[in-house]
Amino acid sequence: MSGTTAAARRTGGWTPWLYLAPALVVLGGLLVYPIYQLGLISFLEYTQAQVSGGEPTTFKGLGNYATLFEDPQFWQVLLATVVFAAACVLATLSLGCALAVLLTRVRAVPRLALMMAALGAWATPAITGSTVWVFLFDPDFGPVNQVLGLGDHSWTYGRYSAFALVLLEVVWCSFPFVMVTVYAGIRAIPGEVLEAASLDGASQWRIWRSVMAPMLRPILVVVTIQSVIWDFKIFTQIYVMTNGGGIAGQNLVLNVYAYQKAFASSQYSLGSAIGVVMLVILLAVTLVYLRLLRRQGEEI
Amino acid sequence: MKLSARLAVPAAALVLAGLTATACAPQTSDTSAENDEKSGTLRVWLFQEVSNGPKQKVVDRAVDAFRARHEGTDVEIEYIPVETRAQKIKAAFNDPKSAPDLIEYGNTDTAGYVEDGGLADITEEFGGWPDAEDTDPTAKQSVTVDGKVYGAPLFVGVRALYYRTDVFEDLGLKPPKTQAELVATAKRIRAEKPELYGLAVGGAYTYGAMPFIWAHGGELAEESGGTYTSAIDSPAARKGIKAYTSLFGDDNCPAAKCAEMGGNDTVTAFASGKAGMAIGGDFSHAAVEAGTVKGKYAVVPLPGVRAGEIAPAFAGGNNLGVLKSSSHRTLAVDLMKELAGKKTQGELFDAMGFLPTYTDVRETAAEKEPFIEPFIKTLAAGAKAAPASPGWAQIDSSLVLPTMFQEVVSGRKDVAAASGDAAEKMNDAFGAAR
Repeated sequence: MSGTTAAARRTGGWTPWLYLAPALVVLGGLLVYPIYQLGLISFLEYTQAQVSGGEPTTFKGLGNYATLFEDPQFWQVLLATVVFAAACVLATLSLGCALAVLLTRVRAVPRLALMMAALGAWATPAITGSTVWVFLFDPDFGPVNQVLGLGDHSWTYGRYSAFALVLLEVVWCSFPFVMVTVYAGIRAIPGEVLEAASLDGASQWRIWRSVMAPMLRPILVVVTIQSVIWDFKIFTQIYVMTNGGGIAGQNLVLNVYAYQKAFASSQYSLGSAIGVVMLVILLAVTLVYLRLLRRQGEEI
Repeated sequence: MKLSARLAVPAAALVLAGLTATACAPQTSDTSAENDEKSGTLRVWLFQEVSNGPKQKVVDRAVDAFRARHEGTDVEIEYIPVETRAQKIKAAFNDPKSAPDLIEYGNTDTAGYVEDGGLADITEEFGGWPDAEDTDPTAKQSVTVDGKVYGAPLFVGVRALYYRTDVFEDLGLKPPKTQAELVATAKRIRAEKPELYGLAVGGAYTYGAMPFIWAHGGELAEESGGTYTSAIDSPAARKGIKAYTSLFGDDNCPAAKCAEMGGNDTVTAFASGKAGMAIGGDFSHAAVEAGTVKGKYAVVPLPGVRAGEIAPAFAGGNNLGVLKSSSHRTLAVDLMKELAGKKTQGELFDAMGFLPTYTDVRETAAEKEPFIEPFIKTLAAGAKAAPASPGWAQIDSSLVLPTMFQEVVSGRKDVAAASGDAAEKMNDAFGAAR
């Protein structure tokens, strides 16, 4: 038995690759080539004049990266992006998990209502959601100020209150994914395990921490990485709710900053450099996270 | 780990194969035209206005006249949305095959489009065109880059001071004669009627702020030998910035709301009866007429620093230009002359209220429609254009000036620091564009 498998492995070493080839070709075309172009453009002087042939394209080496790293605004935006994304991920995950646990403990009708509400938020396009949120908090016509009796308080004037407003919207539209996924995971946990834990007198929090969370680990890893990537790349909410980056650019995040550089002012090469930096950061975050998990002896 | 090592080799091979198989440089298109055909179809892009019907009628009339003169020539007009014009026109430069022959464009974009290699040099044709002799100098300057002409002005737009006649009568106020009076009047209105902004201003309303800088003797940038240097941090310009930003505050237009506003927001506030005064253009007339203040407002030129002076306004407006990639150059220039000629501009004024770029046509228009008189006075006092540098487009789109005003208004920086930073950014853009 073991002899035949060893032989098969020796002779058919390339067979799996043959089967994988179509997928790899598509991936290469759709993923590798654009990334390659992104990297290439980031080393060139490539603005509108070069695209439409007004001036020749020239090689700039690391010039775009130097410009970027010398710009104090870039570092400020990077810091804001990291902190803001971290806050969004934490808030989304805790709300999503809490509501997932709640879903398992309520009756059918409230469960259905909660599910429908969450799916509604999930299904709302980001641009619509953002516009509605801005309207809700509008200083002149918004119902929130009227209900809270805040007069004509402007939510988007202060840096932190503007970020907080966007955070609320981001959490609102991304917690359903976490909730639904984690809920499905909880449903798959054998009932006896949970029953045993509660018979032993474990509290709700204890059951979550010592029973559910470890069993849900693969799912939590996936939703965390997803959330990190989504929230780091946030664009629509900031762009719509703070009018393209807030007063004097106070609410810029990396993606909006890249857009302002690359498309609004046609500096495609500088925009590409920002894109490469984002790619590297996200890859690093993901790899470090996976590494940490692996060191703890978990295979996902 | 074993798996990833086995993955790495074929993946690297695939990447290498991809690199060698595909073109290695990003694309650059060739916008130079190969021939000049004397028949065929001319394609034209014009801006889609809020109520486009009347414009379309005038254009159709002009196109019919053109067709009658050129047999075997057809004209295809497409109205493009103003919000996405930048992307569309860039795309046209990138793909000459599907590009139009003639486009309408905003006059602040002239230098940028020339730098991009998109517009054809028509100095000779413009010089030999009888209508062009009456083109007013500011309008001509808006199609000129380095002494060469790249289009024909289609209309000009300037801003002046709109004010509420009923509010002024109520409080016994007179239209302000100087900028100091303007500020005092604005604060008085706010004090007496706290539900109104005195003068609606916006931190992102660059064109409303420029007259303050110019009125104090400041400049946005200075040219010497074809290169521009920012002058936004000069003492005179700083005075203007100070004057404009002093209007943000609870005693006129609260910073928390007004810092974010742009030009349209201030006009909307005025039109809906939320402001005693606003800086609006001749093109804002329709919007104000449609608001609740209809019949309760008047317009005067924006006052300068001393009594009797008019603050120099920003000379906005649109031009028509032939694309360098056009394969029907002669025909396209001829159609441009028809569409931007005296006759069509006169009709466009009647239909849309667009101010003509010819001094004589403008005078006739003023006789017909007294409403535009303050705007024509403003133009006659000398309107100013944005710096004719390709760097200006970048300064404009990366919001350098709105950022500066917002920094001052929100108290993040003082005028000196904010204008110094803005000057640095502007010089970077001017330098990069050279």
